Amino acid sequence: MDKDKSGDNGGGTNEREADGQSRRRFLINTGYAIGGVVVGGALGSLLSTKGKVKAKEPKQPAGTAGAAEPKNYNRGLMFFTQEQYRIVEAATERIFPEDATGPGAKSLGVAFFIDHQLAGEWGFNGRDYMSAPFFTGEKTQGYQGRLKRREVFEIGLREMENYSLTKHQNSFAKLSGEQQDEVLKAFESDEVQLTTISASGFFKTLRSSTLEGVYADPLYGGNMDMKGWTMRNYPGNQMSYTAVIDKDFTVIEPSSLQDHLVGH
Amino acid sequence: MAKTLPKTDVVIVGVGWAGGIIAAELTKKGVNVVGLERGKDRKTEDYFMVHDELRYSIRYEMMQDLSKETITFRSNENIRALPMRQYGSFLLGDGLGGSGVHWNGQIYRFLPYDFEIRSKTIERYGKNKIPPEMTIQDWGITYDELEPYYDTFDKLTGVSGEENPLGGKRTNPYPTPPMKKTPSMQMFADAATKMKLHPYMMPSGNLSETYTNPDGITRAACQYCGYCERFGCEFGAKADPVVTVIPVANKTGKFELRTHSNVRRVLHKGGKATGVMYVDVTTGEEIIQPADIVVLTSYVFNNTRLLLMSDLGKKYDPASGNGVIGKNYAYQVVKGSAIGFFENKQFNNFAGAGALGISIDDYNGDNFDHSDLKFIHGGVITLSQTGARPIASNTVPSGTATWGAEFKKQSIHYANRTAAIGTQGSSMAFKHHYLDLDPTYKDAFGDPLMRITFDFEDQDRELAVFLASRCSDIMKEMGADKIDYLKELAPYEITAYQSTHNTGGVIMGADPGTSAVNTFSQMWDADNVFVVGASSFPQNGGYNPTSTLGALAYRTAEGIMKYREKGGLLV
Repeated sequence: MDKDKSGDNGGGTNEREADGQSRRRFLINTGYAIGGVVVGGALGSLLSTKGKVKAKEPKQPAGTAGAAEPKNYNRGLMFFTQEQYRIVEAATERIFPEDATGPGAKSLGVAFFIDHQLAGEWGFNGRDYMSAPFFTGEKTQGYQGRLKRREVFEIGLREMENYSLTKHQNSFAKLSGEQQDEVLKAFESDEVQLTTISASGFFKTLRSSTLEGVYADPLYGGNMDMKGWTMRNYPGNQMSYTAVIDKDFTVIEPSSLQDHLVGH
Repeated sequence: MAKTLPKTDVVIVGVGWAGGIIAAELTKKGVNVVGLERGKDRKTEDYFMVHDELRYSIRYEMMQDLSKETITFRSNENIRALPMRQYGSFLLGDGLGGSGVHWNGQIYRFLPYDFEIRSKTIERYGKNKIPPEMTIQDWGITYDELEPYYDTFDKLTGVSGEENPLGGKRTNPYPTPPMKKTPSMQMFADAATKMKLHPYMMPSGNLSETYTNPDGITRAACQYCGYCERFGCEFGAKADPVVTVIPVANKTGKFELRTHSNVRRVLHKGGKATGVMYVDVTTGEEIIQPADIVVLTSYVFNNTRLLLMSDLGKKYDPASGNGVIGKNYAYQVVKGSAIGFFENKQFNNFAGAGALGISIDDYNGDNFDHSDLKFIHGGVITLSQTGARPIASNTVPSGTATWGAEFKKQSIHYANRTAAIGTQGSSMAFKHHYLDLDPTYKDAFGDPLMRITFDFEDQDRELAVFLASRCSDIMKEMGADKIDYLKELAPYEITAYQSTHNTGGVIMGADPGTSAVNTFSQMWDADNVFVVGASSFPQNGGYNPTSTLGALAYRTAEGIMKYREKGGLLV
């Protein structure tokens, strides 16, 4: 056990109290008005919930429907085909595997996260400059392709499957972990040469979106039950750290944006 | 045809810090001001769900929509500039308050040396210390002359801090005491003191305690929530234009704010502006707003771009060095940093504030001897704790795999076992670093994009390695088990975030031949046009620019009032 942790599970309890105190202080501090307008948008909602901040319902496990668990209706596909989903699920699990520290990408729901992201603005590069003309640039000039992320994923996943079938005579999702790593490395290093997209560019996006799915707020479909945060002692959404900011390392029970919405 | 509106006294283009300050100051004195803001309205209540790293930090919720407008970039004139299609190196603000909403709130003042860099460098080291291509200039104003305006900005924001032993003289102490000191900041303080350096708490616009400013605006203390830069503040604790100057301007009844109003041209005739042409982006309608005085207060790039598109002022020619609009684009060198890994120490890295940190200026400006060094200036060195959010903060020791079992294990192990010491290396101007209009790429209106021609120079490479080495020394003294620090600065690239401290393009000076505006931010070539922002920095210092920008905005407001009385050039 880490020496400087302030107790194992106890940290959470102490923290709740500390948090409550700082909340009260905050309410006192912010009891001011600017020309009749109250300071702080979160203030009104905080005022209305004084004292019941941490009175949460027991956590609803968001996991895939088990016998005793409620259904999670978030677990459907908006963009991927079933085959694409299986490749992404297997590949992201190699990028962020389950181990003694805690769950991996698969049980955190990362493939659902990526699917949902590709279905929306991010998948369409909605806020990127996508106007012509397109030229191959220097590395220092960044992405210059005309393809959108969803198209890059479609091509990248198909090429991963083709490469797996050619090299290992099997679908990517059915390869051994070592074989899957070998395929991913071939893409990461551009050993695989693709005509339409950069293999390494695709791998980079796959890697970064895996981390996003592990650690983004659970409202996006990954980081199931905040287990990504719990693993690294990240407390998620907290209104105040005034009580711990100048103290030694403290473990705080994580809280999500849903907790914030429901709690206020 | 464009619709023409009734004339106003002053029209302001872009309502962020500079625009907000000038709007507040002028309307308090009874001047009628129209503020044109291309983005949407903003208020503190918008940030109820702000603790969302994916939405705000990774997907750039508050930034300019690049599908509509971006910049193009090339390292030098021999290659084709290409658009910045996705965010990277810097983040362009958008909406009411501009970047002043999603900044960190670090309120450093520039050093006296910064304002007289050319004269002071020559005075101490001789002419040959400045390479021929390095086009650094004195500002035409000294630190002492600007100090009263810094003081006003400090009082506006309520900046929390303590005396910097190596900074310029202050007429008043900081309005509020420094922020709390985290254990890692204390370690930095102890190490630096032992090394005979001069640590001081970072001046913070995230308040250490409740503060009421001279305008009667009260803000609450910072809660150290760890969501500051790239986010709006849900407490209104962080100093930003929306919670400080804009309500003051609104209260006068003299300020008319128009959001969704994107200015495309400054209209002018015979060396005087007559107003601006803008598009109401909700309807597409072109509108002309006539005004006695036009004030450009958008970001560096659009201040420059508007002048070039409007054919106002003399365009810079990099071949001859003549002309001024677009000249002396500079940036910042932030990669000279060190990361320490601690096996037996964990920190509350998840907690923090945008301006929570501790700094030294022993290697900033000309606070150290450069006789045997192949660069001038330096930068502030800081250990800050801004909140290590989990998607973006997965620091592992060099040599660790970047994905897979080893990466997972190490990134989680070190999540709360790292501390970083960073620098904001100053950026000198060079003849061949400049801004002009891109010949190929257009924005959503069909107007040319701003083109940046920029790369790191020997000056930057030497400076970055030197500062990284100093950071590493301090980290070693702090007792880190392993330290990674920069050994060589690679060419500038647009893809990785570095700093939104771009400067230049409409620079300030004492001579109309080498500068675009005088020290009241008044254009030499059109005396009823004022251009305010980091666009007026002749080169960049080793700190965040906002405090200096704020001071210049106050001075501009004073200049505009004088101009209304007397007319003509103020200098």
